[in-house]
Amino acid sequence: MIAVSLTSIACQQSATAARAWAAAAAVVDPEVPILTIADLGVLREVRITDGVVEVVITPTYLGCPAMAVIALDIETALVKAGFARCKVTTVLSPPWTTDFMSEAGRVKLRSFGIAPPAGKASRRALFGEERVECPRCGSAQTTRVSEFGSTACKALYRCCVCAEPFDYFKCI
Amino acid sequence: MTSATCSSALPRAADPDAALRGSASPLFIYLLRLGDNALMLGHRLSEWCGHAPVLEEDLALANMGLDLIGQARSFLTYAGEVEASGRDEDALAYLREAGEYRNILLVELPRGDFAFTMVRQLLYAGLTQRLFEALAASCDATLAGIAAKGAKELAYHVRHAAEWTIRLGDGSEDSHRRTQLALDELWPYTGEMLEIDEVERTLIGQHIAVDPSHLCPGWEQALAAVIAEATLQRPAHTWMHSGGRIGRHSEHLGHLLSELQYLQRAYPGAKW
Repeated sequence: MIAVSLTSIACQQSATAARAWAAAAAVVDPEVPILTIADLGVLREVRITDGVVEVVITPTYLGCPAMAVIALDIETALVKAGFARCKVTTVLSPPWTTDFMSEAGRVKLRSFGIAPPAGKASRRALFGEERVECPRCGSAQTTRVSEFGSTACKALYRCCVCAEPFDYFKCI
Repeated sequence: MTSATCSSALPRAADPDAALRGSASPLFIYLLRLGDNALMLGHRLSEWCGHAPVLEEDLALANMGLDLIGQARSFLTYAGEVEASGRDEDALAYLREAGEYRNILLVELPRGDFAFTMVRQLLYAGLTQRLFEALAASCDATLAGIAAKGAKELAYHVRHAAEWTIRLGDGSEDSHRRTQLALDELWPYTGEMLEIDEVERTLIGQHIAVDPSHLCPGWEQALAAVIAEATLQRPAHTWMHSGGRIGRHSEHLGHLLSELQYLQRAYPGAKW
């Protein structure tokens, strides 16, 4: 009997934790609003201790100005979902890399007109360009306009076939 | 090519932070040094916003500046926690006097022309990326976390600055002349990146800090390849500027701070 009731309490707790996770995971990146923080891999963990929901996130770049907005949006989302007591914690280790981005996130990015990160982030070459496919026509004949784009996480590319200029979510 | 910067005969300050050390821990000073370097260079890059030669470069310089200011925020926030006297990143960035900053002189020099900006970025980011990669294995987990993140960002700065240094050095007569001039002028400021004193020695002993002289051979080798491809000559200076790390700055820092600190000085406590 005792074992059963403990199990049901555990079930209840995990259901609550799952609900908190779902609320936090639905928050979107203010600069790429098609991606949720779960897609991006910015959301690391949601834990509940003594009734306080703690959401652990990690920045894509140390200077990413979206982090403050994301933290605020998480708190708002949790309060709306009925979790009045919550806090957001930022961790740096292990450092975020584009490898944390989910497959669903990559598909969404492409549909949004942004080329998803190509290959692994562990590239160390000093020169040379990555093979980036045009999100519009799929051609691999693209050229880098600038390694630095509209936000810290993006580079500027142009397609040589359909002539579309586009953002590339660069590997880091 | 001389290896003067690597030699152990590098000028080392006798008692750098005597005034500070009474209350300040070596880790606090070390974090200020790392954070202030990033803060000042980030500010210098931000001065290009709206003034770069082409739009893409305007974005690039602002992006790199943002990376550096992000790194500065992390280091200074942690410095404030280590100090534990209630100062946060803003208090440390905006409310210190010039003599309390611990950045190297290299990063406070005026931005100069585009060649000067790129060569400085190449020199700073090249060694700092290696330093951060080594610091990623620091026994101090917070410092290691910031460094691991920063190293990845700096890899982009190194590549960008190297590509521009080559394009400018191996470019027109005028761009070659100006890039060589920048290298000649900046080289004597690189020695300070390799200095260590009691602060670092203490932390190296605790496996928190890293001796930058160990990184020097690899850095010089990578740098020599870029300089050669850029058809530039590395100056053979043996004498190096020093002082920023112990708070002895050039007059440029005061002018920089008058802009950087303006808002908090004019409207104390102002918030977004």
